[in-house]
Amino acid sequence: MTDSVWEVFRQEDEGDAMTHAGSVRAPDAELALHYAREFYGRRQESTRLWVVPREAINELDDPDWLKPPFDRSYKRPGGYLIKHKLEAAKARAEESP
Amino acid sequence: MDDSERADSFYARVAAGGKVEADDWMPDPYRAAILKFVEMHANSELMGVLPEREWILRAPTLRRKLALTSKVQDEVGHAQLLYRVAEDLGKPREQMLQDLLDGKTKFHNVFHYPTESWADVGIIAWLVDAAAIVSQQALRDSSYAPYARTMKKICWEESVHIMHGRDVVLTLMNGTDRQRALVQNALDRWWGPLMQMHGPPTDPARDKDLLWRIKSKGNEQLRQEFLSIYVPRIRELGLRIPDPELRYDDGAGRWHYSEPDWDELRSVVTGHGPRSQERLEFRRVNRALTQWVRDAIIGRAAAAA
Repeated sequence: MTDSVWEVFRQEDEGDAMTHAGSVRAPDAELALHYAREFYGRRQESTRLWVVPREAINELDDPDWLKPPFDRSYKRPGGYLIKHKLEAAKARAEESP
Repeated sequence: MDDSERADSFYARVAAGGKVEADDWMPDPYRAAILKFVEMHANSELMGVLPEREWILRAPTLRRKLALTSKVQDEVGHAQLLYRVAEDLGKPREQMLQDLLDGKTKFHNVFHYPTESWADVGIIAWLVDAAAIVSQQALRDSSYAPYARTMKKICWEESVHIMHGRDVVLTLMNGTDRQRALVQNALDRWWGPLMQMHGPPTDPARDKDLLWRIKSKGNEQLRQEFLSIYVPRIRELGLRIPDPELRYDDGAGRWHYSEPDWDELRSVVTGHGPRSQERLEFRRVNRALTQWVRDAIIGRAAAAA
């Protein structure tokens, strides 16, 4: 039996997202879980472990898709500068109650 | 351990703050309750874009059009995330859509009303989203962990929508008398539905969603939080809130307000709101028109299998 690479994900506390921890080499999922437990679960630092065959992972890191170069500030809270508008509206509210 | 002992220990665990994952064992009543809750939320995100969608083509500037389009896209995305969470609880997505269109499941009251001016877009994005985010922030502590994690992403995006809405309202309030009057008119129409939105107060000792920590705050607590943050922000702009009874009661430490119209709430969410049937019909037509897309994708997947 030949080894293959398994990516390991761990959950630190109940309810946390699973986060990538590292990888192990193992011939099957059962042994991969045992190895993952040895590396990422010996100090009670994990409540849950997942092992996933590396070849099961599909990757996208193309910046044209993920970081397109246009102004999309309207999608971020910082894209709205309301300080002066708010001051003006409050001043107007006081003038004409 | 038999099933009832197992259920007792499950309920004790979630009541104490324990978290449940999709593939964990859970008692059927908990599964049914979380499914109902998440499905209703997903339906609301999906239907909630229809009132705003009506204004994309009428947005006053290109930037407003981009922001509104982006918001609509976000909300449809939230529906997709939430239907995914709900699917894992055992109900197929197609069935959820069918039940929504058949009027068997509900969506939030505020999405059953018409929009009459651009000011409605501001009031919806600012105050409807604000009322929603108060409850959504509390759902980040839900005992059902996949839902709680999804709410973290959703709240992050909703916070942008609130800024967009407040910016629209501030711009109008700095505009002409007519623009200011449009905002007041929109607030007058939306205030009733906003006060109904969190639902009537429930008895915390009997509300299973609270006992099982599907949600962590009761309806009245959420309404009080909404009022505490937003009443001052509305009033500082010179807007009048159309409720003569509305005041903060220092002695009681809570907001006093006119009793919301709970009959209207019940009637609206059961499909008798002013736009309920029109919006559901839009979805039915849209679903039929896009059937070929789903067929093409499923056909490709079937051919590859």
